[in-house]
Amino acid sequence: MYQYDQYDQQMVDTRVEEFRDQVKRRLAGDLTEDQFKPLRLMNGLYLQLHAYMLRVAIPYGTLNSKQMRMLGHIARKYDRDYGHFTTRQNIQYNWIKLEEAPDLLADLASVEMHAIQTSGNCIRNISSDQYAGAARDEIADPRPWAEILRQWSSFHPEFSYLPRKFKIAVIASEEDRAAMRLHDIGIQLVRKDGELGAKFFVGGGMGRTPMIAPEIRDFVPADELISYAEACLRVYNRYGRRDNKYKARIKILVHELGAEEYTRQVEEEFAHMKTLGLNPPVEELARITEYFADPAFEGNAPDELDLSDPDFKLWVDQNVVAHKQPGYAIATISLKPKGGIPGDASSAQIDLMADLAEQYSFDELRVTHSQNIVLPHVRKSDLYAVWQKLDEAGLAPANLDLITDSIACPGLDYCSLANARSIPLAQKISERFADLGRQRELGELKLKISGCINACGHHHAGHIGILGVDRKGTENYQLLLGGSAAEDTSLAKITGPGFDEDGVIDAIETVTDVYLEEREGDERFIDTYRRVGMARFKEAIYG
Amino acid sequence: MVEAIRFRDDIHEEPAVSLDAFLDQSNATAVRIEAGEDARLLLPLLDRISLVEIDFPVFGDGRGYSAAQILREAGYEGELRASGDVLVDQLAYMRRCGFDSFIPDAPIDPKVMEEALARYEHVYQGTSDQRTPIWRHRHG
Repeated sequence: MYQYDQYDQQMVDTRVEEFRDQVKRRLAGDLTEDQFKPLRLMNGLYLQLHAYMLRVAIPYGTLNSKQMRMLGHIARKYDRDYGHFTTRQNIQYNWIKLEEAPDLLADLASVEMHAIQTSGNCIRNISSDQYAGAARDEIADPRPWAEILRQWSSFHPEFSYLPRKFKIAVIASEEDRAAMRLHDIGIQLVRKDGELGAKFFVGGGMGRTPMIAPEIRDFVPADELISYAEACLRVYNRYGRRDNKYKARIKILVHELGAEEYTRQVEEEFAHMKTLGLNPPVEELARITEYFADPAFEGNAPDELDLSDPDFKLWVDQNVVAHKQPGYAIATISLKPKGGIPGDASSAQIDLMADLAEQYSFDELRVTHSQNIVLPHVRKSDLYAVWQKLDEAGLAPANLDLITDSIACPGLDYCSLANARSIPLAQKISERFADLGRQRELGELKLKISGCINACGHHHAGHIGILGVDRKGTENYQLLLGGSAAEDTSLAKITGPGFDEDGVIDAIETVTDVYLEEREGDERFIDTYRRVGMARFKEAIYG
Repeated sequence: MVEAIRFRDDIHEEPAVSLDAFLDQSNATAVRIEAGEDARLLLPLLDRISLVEIDFPVFGDGRGYSAAQILREAGYEGELRASGDVLVDQLAYMRRCGFDSFIPDAPIDPKVMEEALARYEHVYQGTSDQRTPIWRHRHG
């Protein structure tokens, strides 16, 4: 994986000192909270309901064991002994003291990490496929492209006060594991006449007004990537709406102009941008790509797997997928234990995952947008040992992509924007559906819960989505069906009137019963829903 | 009124006229652009402009950064001034986008400004300030 050189390190170290100075000015009263707010936001520090929350960037969700251990250290030293992995492939700490934040950032910088642009109306952490570099179906590793974009977008002077936040994802396979088309810019690496380039989708997103990004260019060559991205951003920075926060994302601009007109403006800007010498030479992409070279796989690692332990077999069936290298596998560690908080991990669990990565996965881990952790390169003959250690630590739920592998935002337990709690609901659902046999019978079923209309829990993209709203002072939950964040991207629709907490869980049960009655062959829930339509489900729920 | 902060020697004292007025009258040499106005309308007239003032109604309205870049990329070499809600922590980015004078609504502590502008030795991206991006240092 990528390693900082002296320049990268200096940028991050300088940022720590800059923020230390800003905190000092704030604590001395030289800066008002209003003046300080944009500065702390540029460093991922939010003031939440009870304390400061700090969001640490994990670029494209990739990290090594040393960095993972540092995340555990931070949980112990600065927080309440746990961290929360997020849908942006980042980690958040919920109980940070402002006066300690500069030291925390200095600790992060010592392992080539930072919290730069993890909030604010700027280009956020670049996300990617959690199986990058290990997936069988990718045409190239998308991460070098994500790293080029990370550097370009860091401290970008023209695009740090955009109309609204800006999220970019890069993938390199047909199967979309990163919700690429639900990003402000989604990039899919493609080949054209043997040459690697980027297909651009612009104007996707969730939030109040979910949109699937339209394709605006089928091929951007590597040495024009930055000028094309600049063109996309400049049109947005100039013409994105600033009169209404809720209409300020690029999806609204693309929608209001129409994809064709937006594309025309971008192309016009691009023609000009190309002349400015903004693109790093191909040697820079080559330099970065070298860091992502395959680890030293054993050429003759045994490909067979002893599945005689039935519990191990369940975990392998559900949480392990094929690796591009024979004899190796990609294993997902589920952070969704029965009754647990989706995405939470204690410092001890974080340390254990770091140890396992160091010993069994070429020192690499990934964070997924579904709030799980991946060991990307595990020798099949080591899987049993890995599983045993995970199981002892409560990290071996065999529920990847099943109904209890839910995404949930922090909700009203932490977040100042939320209207309803998400976490207790996710916990109750995971208890109601705890029986693994039942979960497996229901098969792939992506459940996503947001505690307000801002959709941090991706409810629009859930096969089953839940949206918490405030109804006359009480928490109320709306049920949605039919969304998908995968390559068959679709937006979920609301079934009808909302429910209380128990009511919505009952409704989910009704919906899954309808699926079991109606399904044909090996249809997944989403396939049956698409074939049968909303009416059948609605009738069963509301009678 | 707060005094202007200047990073150039030639001082331009002619008051800036609005964009509409400027486009109507051929003798003005200073023009003021509001946040939503299109800086590209000035491109055919750059030869006769010595001052462009770009207003920032609130510091979070970043349109002025693109306006400045557009003018500099087109070869404008006159004074480029940021006015309005211009805060010390935004000055470095404004300099990178080509601004070379500032009239902030509230005074800026010169010492804090000096530190802020000198802080980052390197930059990741090329902009109209022509600083050498890190990738160019790496590849010579």
